[in-house]
This record gives sequence, structure tokens and C-alpha cells, in this order.
Amino acid sequence: MSVDIATVKRVARLARIAVSDEDADRMTGELNAILGFVEQLNEVDVAGVEPMTSVTPMAMKKRQDAVTDGDKAADVVANAPASMEDFFLVPKVVE
Amino acid sequence: MTDLTRLTIAEARAKLAAKEITASELTGAYIDAIETANPTLNAYVAVTADKARGMASASDARLAKGEAGALEGIPLGIKDLFGTEGVHTQACSHILDGFKPRYESTVTANLWADGAVMLGKLNMDEFAMGSSNETSFYGPVINPWRRRRAEQRVTPTFHAGDGGFVQAGGGVRETTSLDNVQLVPGGSSGGSAAAVAAFLCAGATATDTGGSIRQPAAFTGTVGIKPTYGRVSRWGVVAFASSLDQAGPIARDVRDAAILLKSMASCDPKDTTSADLPVPDYEAAIGRPLKGMKVGIPKEYRVDGMPEDIEALWQKGIAWLKDAGAEIVDISLPHTRYALPAYYIVAPAEASSNLARYDGVRYGLRVPGRDIVDMYEKTRAAGFGREVKRRIMIGTYVLSAGYYDAYYLQAQKVRTLIKKDFEDAFHAGIDVILTPATPSAAFGVADEDMAADPVKMYLNDIFTVTVNMAGLPGISVPAGLDGNGLPLGLQLIGRPFDEETLFQTAHAIEQAAGRFEPQKWW
Repeated sequence: MSVDIATVKRVARLARIAVSDEDADRMTGELNAILGFVEQLNEVDVAGVEPMTSVTPMAMKKRQDAVTDGDKAADVVANAPASMEDFFLVPKVVE
Repeated sequence: MTDLTRLTIAEARAKLAAKEITASELTGAYIDAIETANPTLNAYVAVTADKARGMASASDARLAKGEAGALEGIPLGIKDLFGTEGVHTQACSHILDGFKPRYESTVTANLWADGAVMLGKLNMDEFAMGSSNETSFYGPVINPWRRRRAEQRVTPTFHAGDGGFVQAGGGVRETTSLDNVQLVPGGSSGGSAAAVAAFLCAGATATDTGGSIRQPAAFTGTVGIKPTYGRVSRWGVVAFASSLDQAGPIARDVRDAAILLKSMASCDPKDTTSADLPVPDYEAAIGRPLKGMKVGIPKEYRVDGMPEDIEALWQKGIAWLKDAGAEIVDISLPHTRYALPAYYIVAPAEASSNLARYDGVRYGLRVPGRDIVDMYEKTRAAGFGREVKRRIMIGTYVLSAGYYDAYYLQAQKVRTLIKKDFEDAFHAGIDVILTPATPSAAFGVADEDMAADPVKMYLNDIFTVTVNMAGLPGISVPAGLDGNGLPLGLQLIGRPFDEETLFQTAHAIEQAAGRFEPQKWW
């Protein structure tokens, strides 16, 4: 399978990365080189093979459903590019 | 006084305990070395000299009171991927500009609890994506190793070459000079490996998703271990591919790597994939006899176009382990060649999800836009470098509707088969597997072939990536020099949570091969 420029632009949109026509053109070649490389996986007979979901057989650890953390609003927003009264500020999203 | 930066961790530990040196002297020596070398090597992206002096002085106080921890007063470099409270933590990406976390990663917290001293944050490939440390927003790290030019000349007088040394020997002197081509230290933990090799820290933290500890260790003549998945907590470490990422140390020798891993590893309730197993005393495994150990030699690791030097080194490694009493067994790991293509589906897929959080809202860079989506897109376009964008794009594509089964599901099935290959070998009685660590020695900065074709760069990880796909532990140990005088490493792969066997076996190789240090030119 290979991608064309329109597909690259669609994927860039899904990934929320702005791309110029020039970027999209270059990326098309690069992505096709990588997709060409991974194509060989189709040679492998995977009949009856379960896809891996956990690399080590382990049951997910669960802790008690209790509050163990919190009251750190100032820490949470400390690195925000824009914040006000412990809220993150973003451009207007509702008209 | 001898240069304190030359001491291994074990040697420094002994001298600190015997009060022959102080932690403040040791840290001071490293800070001086970093100030001199870093403008050339670019291994550190942030030096925390004041913090280091403060921590060293606290170590001296604890040493005086007889309350020394396992790493008391040992100066370490920390890869920029580890969250360090109030200190530069940017995964060497533009998108995390100015980020200083309000928390400490579990690994670094463990190190400080044992008395270690932080010298600063180490350069790396952006978000740990790369095999040459050239994708860093802070520029490439330069390998302290350079190729050797040997020439024989008859000269009765002392000859001071350009950075070369002179061997005395009758009337003929062999002058070895270094050529001036700058080489990469490997990646992604290139800063960690270069800093350890150039004596700019006693040891370093690193992380390995597809070979990012073991490949740079091999390129710099240092020892690097990627522990079993779940051995070391991932909490507070910037995520790349969560099912593959694992932190480990890079050190000058096998013993130092064992000392560091003992402190880094823990069972951490904050990481649900952290294993509930006690951390063994890895150092105790060093020196155990190899008699009766079964070492597997997988035929699939003999690849086309592999330099003769690497094949010869592998054979030497086999001979050393045989001499040490191990039994050598030829084995087959039939799905080896599919590990790298499967990795380049699984890792980008996980990365595309993990890196969705960098949106210009909560931390780091923000580029204004006409609305919120435009702001996201512009921020991510400006903040991520080319390689990171490429992987996010691949990941987004293989997870998108209509392609998920063909790519992602197929890759996860192949991953099951790769793991089964190893399980079959271990089930048949193999204790440890010996392979080359990399398909080449260090290459030049801005290598044109690799810049033109991303897949060529990816092939660096061909021998290491299988280990991440199977969640196993792997160690890279220096084993010799190639024809140009550059270090080469051998890799040992072990059973899950059997890092002890890796240290034991790697030490036997180290005993036979000796240790390798770059000739100082910087």
C-alpha cells in the first residue's frame, strides 16, 4: 500500500500538524519508503496467532478506589503557556 | 592528585568510604570537566552545577555521620527524558520549551534517595526518536571517539602529533593520529553514552525503546543495559512507546552498570506495569563462574553486508565464553527479520497517541492561531522536528480507520511470534543469547545516505529491537575495536527478569576483552 499527497494531508489533519504543500510532498516519499519497508510483514503466516496485548504476562494492578492526591491546581497550571485563576486559557471554542 | 573523573563508581565508592576523597571534590572535578568539554561534545543540555554542589555537600555530611547510601556522592548525568523537579525536562524537543516539572520521576527519586548527585540533563534524540542523536533540538552530540590513522615513521625526535600520542620503540615510532571526522555517539541516549565515555559523569541514566541504550553504548565503548520490561518504573519519564520503553543505566564497566541498576529498579505503585518482584543484588552476580551455562548463537543475526570486523568480534565472544566454561549452542530465532518492520508500526502507533498531549495548552510551546484547531496545528508543526512528525504521521496512518487490521493488528501478531521464538529457545535450556550489538561502528555526523533514507537509519537497531518487542533484558558490552580503532559491542539477551545472568556473562566478556577508552582530543 502507498499513500498519495491527499492522504498525507488528511493524516496530518488527524494528527493536528499543519503541513505546507512542500512538506506534504516530501512526507509522501518518506512515508511510502517506510510503508514499503513494513510491507514484508504480510509474508508472515499469522493464522491462529493472538495479537500481543501485554509483553509480560501480568494482571493489571489495582489500588483501592480512594483519593490519594490533589489540591495541586497551582502545580498543574504552573507550566501552562496561558492560565488564569488556575484555569488553562485557550482561544474561544464556542461561538 | 589523580584525575578523580577517571574513577569508576565502585572505585569512587571505596575512596569516599575510606575518606580518601570527598563528594564535593569528586563533583567539582566533574563540573570542571563538563565546562571544558561540553562546548565541543554537546553532551549536556543543562548543567546543574549549584544543585550538584549542594547535593555533594549533603553527601559529605551523610558520609561523615556514617549514613551513606548505596550511591552516596556519585555524580550522575540524567537523560533529558526523565522528569526532574524544577529542572530542564524537555525530551530535547522544541515543543517542551521551558518545561520544568513539579514532580520527580521514580527512577531519579530512587537515585537521589541512595545519595547520588545530579550534574545535569543529557542530550538525546528528540523524544528518544533516533539512532544518532542528530534529531535533538539542541544539536548533535559528538562522539568522543574518532577514527585512527596509523602511520609508521622513523623519527629520532619526539613528535607531538595533532592530538596523537607517541609510542616509544627503538628507532621506529608508531604515531597514531586521529582523523578529524566527527562521529555520532548513537542514539537516542547519545548524550548519556558520550558523557560516560568522555568522563563527564560517573554514570548516566538512559532509556531504550528499540536500542537507545545499547546502540550508543556500543558506539562509545561503554556498558548499557535495557532491563526486562517492568523492572524499572516508567513513572515520570516522558513516554515514547509505552509497551516498549524501559529505563536503564549506561556505565564505564559492567560492575558500575550493576550498581546503578540496583538503585534505579524498584516496584512502583505509580506504574501499573512495574513488576512486583524484589530487586536482586546485581553486583553479587559478577564473578560467578560460567561453567555449565548454555549460550545460544542465533543464526539469523548474521546479516548480509555486515562488516567482517563484526563477524570476527562475534566469533571472539563465542571463544571467550567457551573458554570461560560455557556451552555454545546454535539456535534459530526465525522471526528476527520481521522485528524491525513490526517495530516501525507498533512504536509510531504508540507514539502518535502519547504525543497527542503536546497541544500548546498545558505546557511548553504555543503558537497562536485563528481558532483552537489552528493553534494546535501550528504549535505542533513548529514544535516537533522532522523525525518526530514522520513517526506521528506513520502512527496516525496505521491506526486510522480501514488500516488498523492490515498494519497494527498484523504487527501485534508478528510480535507474539517474535516473543515465542525467544520463549522456545529459553524453554530448550538456553540461559543467555549472544549477538553483535550493532551492524556497524559509529558513523559520521550528517551521513548523507542515512539523511536521504529514513529506513537506513532504522537499520541501526536491527539487532537490538527484537529484545524490546519481546520485553526481555539485553546488555551491550564493549568487546573490541574495529580496523579504524572504533569500539564495537556484543549484546547478551536474557530470560525475563534474569538481569543477573547478563551481568555475570557480560563481566566474563569484559575480563577477556579489556576496557576501551577514547584518546582525548577535545
